[in-house]
Amino acid sequence: MSFNVDKYFDNLQNNDGLVLSYKGTITSGVINDILEKVEQKLEISEESTKVRKKIYNVLVEGLQNLYHHIEEQHDEILRKYNDKFGIFAIQRNEDGYTITLGNFVDKEQKDFLTEKIDQINLMSVEELKDLYKYILDHQKMSAKGGGGLGLVDIARKTNNKLEYEFFSFVDNWYFYKLNIFVSL
Amino acid sequence: MEPITIEGTPKTPTVKFDANEGLVEIKGRSIPENSIEFYKPLIEWLEEYSKAPKELTKVNIQLEYFNTSSSKCILDVFKKLEAIHKTQKNEVIINWYYEEDDEDMLEAGEDYESIIRVPFKMIEIVD
Repeated sequence: MSFNVDKYFDNLQNNDGLVLSYKGTITSGVINDILEKVEQKLEISEESTKVRKKIYNVLVEGLQNLYHHIEEQHDEILRKYNDKFGIFAIQRNEDGYTITLGNFVDKEQKDFLTEKIDQINLMSVEELKDLYKYILDHQKMSAKGGGGLGLVDIARKTNNKLEYEFFSFVDNWYFYKLNIFVSL
Repeated sequence: MEPITIEGTPKTPTVKFDANEGLVEIKGRSIPENSIEFYKPLIEWLEEYSKAPKELTKVNIQLEYFNTSSSKCILDVFKKLEAIHKTQKNEVIINWYYEEDDEDMLEAGEDYESIIRVPFKMIEIVD
């Protein structure tokens, strides 16, 4: 049975701590809008500047990663959802914030992400810092973005493990969910 | 050389490059989706400036936020400045500003400091 994205999103929305959520096409304008809204909400919250900045930083990386990596999609996905479809939610928990990002990926992207995130999750903050600096100085940036720095930066800034899951959708396509935790 | 003056937006920084003053200044937010587009003219300006730089080039970097896409472009800016500094005759100093308690921004400055052979000065902005 294929994964029910709408139901999954509805569950996210029903969370008591929900700050903001979005489901639909991820465009530059949508990202601006989300960033502006979250920033306003954080401004009236009682979080420290440090936490607010961390959330904002991680949010920028996460959303732009999503924006850059939503590739061509399977017909079955396009029939049900818009082009460049993704979901986003941020919720306040007891000890921090959880940012959830989701989009469709193919088998190749799934394998790439699994390997990359597993590798990042095994690294210490020091190792992440070295990897970040290595990529920064040695890897050519693609026209799309930071050349693979995004996830490393997120892991380094949050100092928490990245939590991911792939849900089978159709043929070789999956719904990829990433949870990022920002501790207080 | 014509100076560069760019007003900041919610996603791009305020820029002031002035050859007569020997001033290179980037302030605000640098979080565009495509930063190459934004930084390309700045890198080109520095390339031109490096042919006849001031004895002292003062660089002020005061960023509130920057994304990883900008981080590579900022490194490119620093590499141009490093080339000027290498020529012995010319001095470059990079002032890296960060807000009080913003350890991430301080660390970002230290990352660059460890890659680029130009003296950095870390300056904490206290409200």
